Amino acid sequence: MTLSNAFIAIIRRDLVLAYRRRAEVANPLLFFVLVITLFPLGLGAQTKLLQAMAPGIIWIAALLAAMLSLDSLFRSDFDDGSLEQFILSPHPLSVLILAKIVAHWLVTGLPLLLISPLLAIFLGMPEQSVPVLLWTLLLGTPVLSLIGSIGVALTVGLRRGGMILALLVLPLYIPVLIFAGNAVEMAGSGLPVGAQLNILAAILFAALVLAPLPAAAALKMSMNG
Amino acid sequence: MLSLEVKNLCCIRDDRVLFDNLSFNVFSGQALLLEGQNGSGKSSLLKILCGFREPDAGEVLWRGVEINNGTFFEQMAYVGHLDGVKKELTVLENLKIATALGKPGHYSIEETLEKVYLSGYDDVLVQSLSAGQKRRLSLARLLITDNKLWILDEPFTSLDKEGIAIFEALMVDHIAREGMVVLTSHHDITLHGIDVQTIRLA
Repeated sequence: MTLSNAFIAIIRRDLVLAYRRRAEVANPLLFFVLVITLFPLGLGAQTKLLQAMAPGIIWIAALLAAMLSLDSLFRSDFDDGSLEQFILSPHPLSVLILAKIVAHWLVTGLPLLLISPLLAIFLGMPEQSVPVLLWTLLLGTPVLSLIGSIGVALTVGLRRGGMILALLVLPLYIPVLIFAGNAVEMAGSGLPVGAQLNILAAILFAALVLAPLPAAAALKMSMNG
Repeated sequence: MLSLEVKNLCCIRDDRVLFDNLSFNVFSGQALLLEGQNGSGKSSLLKILCGFREPDAGEVLWRGVEINNGTFFEQMAYVGHLDGVKKELTVLENLKIATALGKPGHYSIEETLEKVYLSGYDDVLVQSLSAGQKRRLSLARLLITDNKLWILDEPFTSLDKEGIAIFEALMVDHIAREGMVVLTSHHDITLHGIDVQTIRLA
């Protein structure tokens, strides 16, 4: 079979698996919605403050939701031996991993993107910011999955890798958070946001090319236990 | 003729030398049985043969070339302690993934299921299979992909007597078609008319 067949087969497999484990997969989305809906309650009737904080709140919640979902990227494949079979496949492991990351984003990142306009309205975000918010999430959340894959690949062999994973991955998420948050804020004041979006796109394409390689190497290392 | 050559292999784990200066050759039409007590390094040796572990010294050659550089991974299949099947997928979905990861082999999926006595289970979720049936499914992976070398770590775990007999017959069949098998087993194996080398790891 060709590589593109294998790529598509893995995406399809992971989507079917996600569908059959719906409850588990819905957790990050639920977390995202809960965190954001709690802010207006916690801050009380301070619409101005909430409006000013909205871009940051949504992006921090998205970042934490992405962190929460990372462990599921390789965990079950590691535990049941599927990962051994991936590594033994004649196809390059980095491409197979990229397929897993794409599927992971479709399941965990895309739902955040789809629900975010509703949450933006909850927080009273100005109308002209909402499309920019969607753009930043579209460009930014795949980066979270891609960079996260390196961290998970390094820690999947550890029994309690959760904290180390957070320490490894969060600093690398910060550029995305800064540019995305800034873009949405600027859009609120009617300023141009082309530069921020271009940088986010550049980060996405760099991560798309560069993340699967170290993730594949790290996974091979994790197997060597 | 295909060959797997192991030269002066050494494996050290947690400051303990598991084996040192281990050399052997396996050619097509042969089987190699690794024996030894628990912890003697059988599984570690198989992991080195699969490229999961780097040997501490020595090399593994497939058709005269280092395993990481050649066509080795197109021609081998491994079944280890873990079944490597997804319990939320059906039998058929699991086998389809296996063929997508490798190359389709000698048998079609239907023929393979017949060979391992799982016909009619196509649409059953793996989590509702018994341990022995799951094992037969993971062994089915050997048949549906195109390969010459089988590396098997305790393939008979949780198989019943019949299951073992079925699988022994499949191994004989594979070796007779110019294949080769490297395996560890605590059970006695009977491979009729096959050249079986035995190596005991101390």
